Amino acid sequence: MEKRLNKEKWQNMIQQFATSPFWVLVQKEIRDHVKSVRFNILLVIILLTCVGSLYAALSSVKELANQIDTSEQLMIYLRMFAISGEGGTLPSFITFMTLLGPLLGIAMGFDAINSEKNNRTILRIMSQPIPRDYLILSKFVGGLFVIAYFVFILGMLIFSLSLLIIGLPPTFEEFTRIIVYLFMIILYVGFWLALSITLSILFKQAATSALSGIAVWLFFSVFYSILVNLLVTTSMPDDLLATDQMAQHERMAMLLRLSPNYLFSEITTVLLNPSYRTLGPVTFDQISGTIPSILDLSQSLTIIWPQVVGMLALCFVCFLISYTIFMRQEIRS
Amino acid sequence: MAKSVIQLTNVVKKYKEVTAVDHLNLTIKKGEIYGLLGPNGAGKSTTIFMLLGLTEPTEGELFIEGTSPTIKPIEVKKKVGFLPDHVGVYENLSGKENLMLTARLNGFSSREANEKADQLLEQVGLAEAKHKKAGKYSRGMKQRLGLADTLIKEPSIIIMDEPTLGIDPQGIIDFLNMIKTLRDEHQMTILLSSHHLHHVQQICDRVGIFVKGRLLAEGDLSTLQEQLLDDHSYVYEIETNRNEDVRKVLEALPHIQATRLHDGMIEVKSRKKDNGDIAKQIIEKGYQLFSIRPVFYGLDDIYQQYFQGGGTLGETIK
Repeated sequence: MEKRLNKEKWQNMIQQFATSPFWVLVQKEIRDHVKSVRFNILLVIILLTCVGSLYAALSSVKELANQIDTSEQLMIYLRMFAISGEGGTLPSFITFMTLLGPLLGIAMGFDAINSEKNNRTILRIMSQPIPRDYLILSKFVGGLFVIAYFVFILGMLIFSLSLLIIGLPPTFEEFTRIIVYLFMIILYVGFWLALSITLSILFKQAATSALSGIAVWLFFSVFYSILVNLLVTTSMPDDLLATDQMAQHERMAMLLRLSPNYLFSEITTVLLNPSYRTLGPVTFDQISGTIPSILDLSQSLTIIWPQVVGMLALCFVCFLISYTIFMRQEIRS
Repeated sequence: MAKSVIQLTNVVKKYKEVTAVDHLNLTIKKGEIYGLLGPNGAGKSTTIFMLLGLTEPTEGELFIEGTSPTIKPIEVKKKVGFLPDHVGVYENLSGKENLMLTARLNGFSSREANEKADQLLEQVGLAEAKHKKAGKYSRGMKQRLGLADTLIKEPSIIIMDEPTLGIDPQGIIDFLNMIKTLRDEHQMTILLSSHHLHHVQQICDRVGIFVKGRLLAEGDLSTLQEQLLDDHSYVYEIETNRNEDVRKVLEALPHIQATRLHDGMIEVKSRKKDNGDIAKQIIEKGYQLFSIRPVFYGLDDIYQQYFQGGGTLGETIK
């Protein structure tokens, strides 16, 4: 009796969710994305580059396998994502993802709210009995759904193609690491999506918001590290004691960690290289006596946990800004 | 006893220095078609947005069926259908999909939404174009789609902002008839804003003239006329062979308030209704009277007058 009640409760909940206005809006967003020309172009570009990087990895994987000591675990599937082509002619999957992921996020969100405004559809949606935040939230969730789906397909495609070509069965550890890594990519692209949605609320013109999104992306991927380097080195004397050098390194890392790109690169490094034990500088004292072995996934996750939380925090900051602006904004035609 | 469905008390809306709506009081009863008539920038749209809870008033209170749209906008939006002046459509969705989206946002299941969308598209005459992309609709079609979109949530109140803007004359007649039918068949309360007097005149039970954020006059057409005209004066247009001289004669009469010459006519404002006295005077003085006719101010004149800067009509004759 109780069980049946429970079942009914679940059914009701699912039914309510399926007919809830929020889900209706999310469905519309997903549909719009999948049907849009813009998304399909990006899809083709990213797909092509990933197949390219896979090709590059496969061409140099043999060499790599020869170099590795037999005593060490191979983790060849993780390498598939990280190695570049012979002589660095083709970049690796992770390089592509760090570079193109933000572009995907920006492309999917830059006209989220301002196009609704310019089309005057916002007035129509807002005169329906739904809370205002549904609109922003559905834009984000809809976009994230599509991104997640896409990233998973891409990851699994590479994974399965390598399996077909290499022929070695992957270990469970490798598989879970890759799944976790794919989740991290989604989080990373999700941040850029949130940022571009915020920009689409801030700017009336879609072109302005797209350009400013790209500007932020360029700033973080190119100029930010240069800027931090400049700042930290100029504020320090040339010859330093060892302890000061440590301090300088720490300070640099702290500043760099404000950038989502840097956070993501750290996450990537630790997740795809199980032998990484720490992200900071290590002294010889600390190293001496350690046995070179690889870490568990849970241990690797412990190392990058601050980075993951940092990335989530950045997403929340974007959301906070968009909420405070959008909820106070007057909706006018 | 009809109860008030829409009520505004002392509503003020200020944008920085500009006062868009200035101490507005308005009561609309159930089943009434109320027309807000005013020039562009009079604050009509602002009032409507406040009623929908999209904008908050600076001062004062609004109620729709006893619910405040400022505090509970979602409750209000369940009852109120809104037709904006430019209907926004999702251009990559078909007309029917656009309607179904609205229906589903109002909590209808997709099957109900499908049925209702078909039925309403039939009603507004878009049945043939329902699978066409809404982006390819003409202005009039979009407006009709907008009406269907407004009706699909089964509202008890409809608010329309300049609904007749940009539709061809025949379309306007059809549209206004449709509105009237809605009121008659479903007892809906309708508030519409317009700057087209003639459209408002045709269907509204009551009209409010709204200029610079203030409601200057309100009522049905005849009371509006009375209110706006200086009620105790009558105006006549007289044509004679020698207007200049006749004017002097008439000014000497005790009940004549003012006279004015224009377009070869003498315009005379009289305190009492003329019973042939003016004509008699003119003829007795030996002038030739070509014509005399009373001037009635239509809403047109009233409207013109207000839009040009307010004041009562009689003031033109000084």
